[in-house]
Amino acid sequence: MFTNKKYRAILRSIGVGLAVLFALVVYAYGFQVTKVNLEETRSPRRQEQLVRILRALARPDIFTYDKIEVRVEQPIMVPCPAEGFVPPSVDPDEPYLVVEPSCAAPGETVTISGFNFEPNTRGPIAFIPPSEVTLQLGTMEVDANGQFRVEVKLPKRSEEVVQYIRATTRENVGPPKLTKTALDTWEKIVETIFLALLATTIGTILGVPLSFFAAKNIMRDVKSPLISIALNILSIPVAILIGINITKVINDLTTRFVFSGWGELVGFILGPLLFVLVFRWAVPAVEDQSPTLGLRVARVASLLLSSTLLVTSLKFLSNLTIRAGDFLMPRLGGWSFIGKFVRDLGDILGMLLVVLVAAAIAGIFSNIADRIGKKIAYKLPVIPAKVITMVITTTAFASLLILIMAGINWFYQLNNPVVLYWYPGGIGALLGLATSIKLAPKDDLPVGIVIYYVSRTIWNGLRSIEALVWVIVFVVWVGIGPFAGVLALSLHTIAALTKLYSEQVESIMPGPLEAITATGANRLQTIVYAVIPQIIPPYISFTMYRWDINVRMSTIIGFAGGGGIGFLLYQNINLLNYRAASAQMLAIAIVVAAMDYLSSKMREKFV
Amino acid sequence: MLIVKNLSKIYEGGVQALYDVSFEVPKGQFLAVIGLSGSGKSTLLRCINRLIEPTAGKIIWDGVDITAATQDEMRYIRRKIGMVFQHFNLVLRSKVITNVLAGRLGYVNPAWSLINRFSKEDIQMAMKQLERVGIADKANHRADELSGGQQQRVGIARAMMQQPEMILADEPVASLDPVLAHSIMQYLENINKEDGVTVLCSLHFLDLVHRYADRVIALNEGRLVFDGLPEEINDQKFKEIYGKDAERVG
Repeated sequence: MFTNKKYRAILRSIGVGLAVLFALVVYAYGFQVTKVNLEETRSPRRQEQLVRILRALARPDIFTYDKIEVRVEQPIMVPCPAEGFVPPSVDPDEPYLVVEPSCAAPGETVTISGFNFEPNTRGPIAFIPPSEVTLQLGTMEVDANGQFRVEVKLPKRSEEVVQYIRATTRENVGPPKLTKTALDTWEKIVETIFLALLATTIGTILGVPLSFFAAKNIMRDVKSPLISIALNILSIPVAILIGINITKVINDLTTRFVFSGWGELVGFILGPLLFVLVFRWAVPAVEDQSPTLGLRVARVASLLLSSTLLVTSLKFLSNLTIRAGDFLMPRLGGWSFIGKFVRDLGDILGMLLVVLVAAAIAGIFSNIADRIGKKIAYKLPVIPAKVITMVITTTAFASLLILIMAGINWFYQLNNPVVLYWYPGGIGALLGLATSIKLAPKDDLPVGIVIYYVSRTIWNGLRSIEALVWVIVFVVWVGIGPFAGVLALSLHTIAALTKLYSEQVESIMPGPLEAITATGANRLQTIVYAVIPQIIPPYISFTMYRWDINVRMSTIIGFAGGGGIGFLLYQNINLLNYRAASAQMLAIAIVVAAMDYLSSKMREKFV
Repeated sequence: MLIVKNLSKIYEGGVQALYDVSFEVPKGQFLAVIGLSGSGKSTLLRCINRLIEPTAGKIIWDGVDITAATQDEMRYIRRKIGMVFQHFNLVLRSKVITNVLAGRLGYVNPAWSLINRFSKEDIQMAMKQLERVGIADKANHRADELSGGQQQRVGIARAMMQQPEMILADEPVASLDPVLAHSIMQYLENINKEDGVTVLCSLHFLDLVHRYADRVIALNEGRLVFDGLPEEINDQKFKEIYGKDAERVG
């Protein structure tokens, strides 16, 4: 009879046995699907190839020498004349040949020894008849002492006169020089580093603000009543549309009235000045009681006007910068790329203007919508609040679904008005109505958490697709080359940094946050005064780390057409040009190691 | 006058930190809140400026219902309530003067403060507050270069920048040694007596309570178990507040 203990021990043994068996099956299957082939690794043909490649890789194609051909000749008589043949004496300090015997019948074998040759070289041994044609007899390999010894069979060329045995070697002269491969590699590795730098910069600029939306501790407390959310849904698209149109009008105006460079300069200086003056008046530093309605309207109006001026002056700045770039480009000679950079900066500003204006107006509208919504929800009696909420929420949800459907339509080209407008509109209206009936107007909804999850999902999705894949999309857009690589890496960097940054925001000390909130600071002030000072060191550290990663990524991004050194490497591997590929691998290894060292040093310094 | 009526707090997960707590604090009083760790002192203080949302009950301060205020209105209420913390809660990587100026954030226009612009008057006021707590020379040091006692003085200066009518002090001296504790408590006493600011201060040591408080309330597991003068805490009351096994020190 088993005791309980024994019984358990046996059970455990069986368990272990089953686990081992299971592991065996798992690994056996792994061998099967990964096609492990030990036979191939032992086959002499494969081994020979491996040796060849490894040897090529061990000799990266970096340095080369100018070469000269050194010919050393020694007379020989074929056949031996009656009186015999004594070769002329040789200079024992120069390379020389000794032929034994010094004369022989055609087709006979002679031994040729060489002395004072360049060590470790090789070259052909030839027979030179009077007609000066070269008959190759064999090759020699010079040993470390500069000597060689070969046996060759003489050709059947009988002559009365002296003929010659010639040994030819190639000698390096002068200092080592970089090969073309090395120069190409240098150019591409520089391109690679800057590709990584640009991608990291773009990723950081966009990742920093976006990371706050993906931080739970910041977003958790963002709550709004339903009416505020609905008003936001309605007003933000309108705001974006207004922003786009305002920028368009400003662009049209500035191009229609062609300003001279000086006019633009004056505009660019006056615009911001005026804006600051108006802003100072309209946004006083401290205000203890709320202003009258008239004053408020006047302030908003003047702010709007001066903001338009500010945007116009930014447009002027963009034009000016483009002008400056155009002016500089032909005058800088070899440095003309700086002129082009200035021009591009102007162009980027012009392109960003529409985004900035749209975002600013959306921000203002959203703020106003939120305030109005809260007023309605908290201050109005329940019945009117409920009715207004119901109407607005119904409209908002219907519009939202129609907008989403429009997005889907853009991809799938359904173009059916019933599907495009009536279905989403109807469903949205029903949803809106249902939610607004179910919730009390005062209920605070956790909008922040919803935004948090949505942005998390988007960034996780983008991050899960490697930059190597994104390159393919961008290559279609901007063509093969490093720019496509920059865009692809930037996108991946934004996604990755947003995640890393937001986790840093989540792990800050909550104490200061609490203290700043307790002073009556609003959310934005709390972020600026309590969150940002705490996250600067980790942000710098992660940015450095990401640059490090981007350098490594940009070495392979060229495989898919994204420029950088990967392009060269891929080409050389395909051409079986392993010595060149080896040079590129070496360059990558050096740069990655250097980046690793540098980034760790800088992190130590900043953190 | 601060009126706390039937205040209860149940945290997510079901832990009840406060049971039906009611008391009143007249303007200008120095009220000590005592009780064991975990008795609900911190929760009580944080409910008053709604750093923690109360589950039930009302808090009325000078006729304004704090519990019914919207988030925007809370900004105007909070800026009149200074807060001092056990762990000082300074932004360690910022300068001392920036930490002190942060006390003005409820007053200044957000747009200007975002780019770290404060008016001359605010900066002068910040220096005056630092002088008052005796560390004006440290204004441009980083907060983490300061000792614990100095950090708490910065914390008090920050609270004073709010020109508060009430100060909530959450165990302001619990992380300091006894000598420093008295100096910090004297600043609070000073603010209470000279500026007439109401002070609600949670404390661990009874001798501090006897020395500084006008009145004491005691919490035990979230329930108000004592409300009276410091000298009324006799051995029997002490056992009620701190439990049977507690021994008096100091």
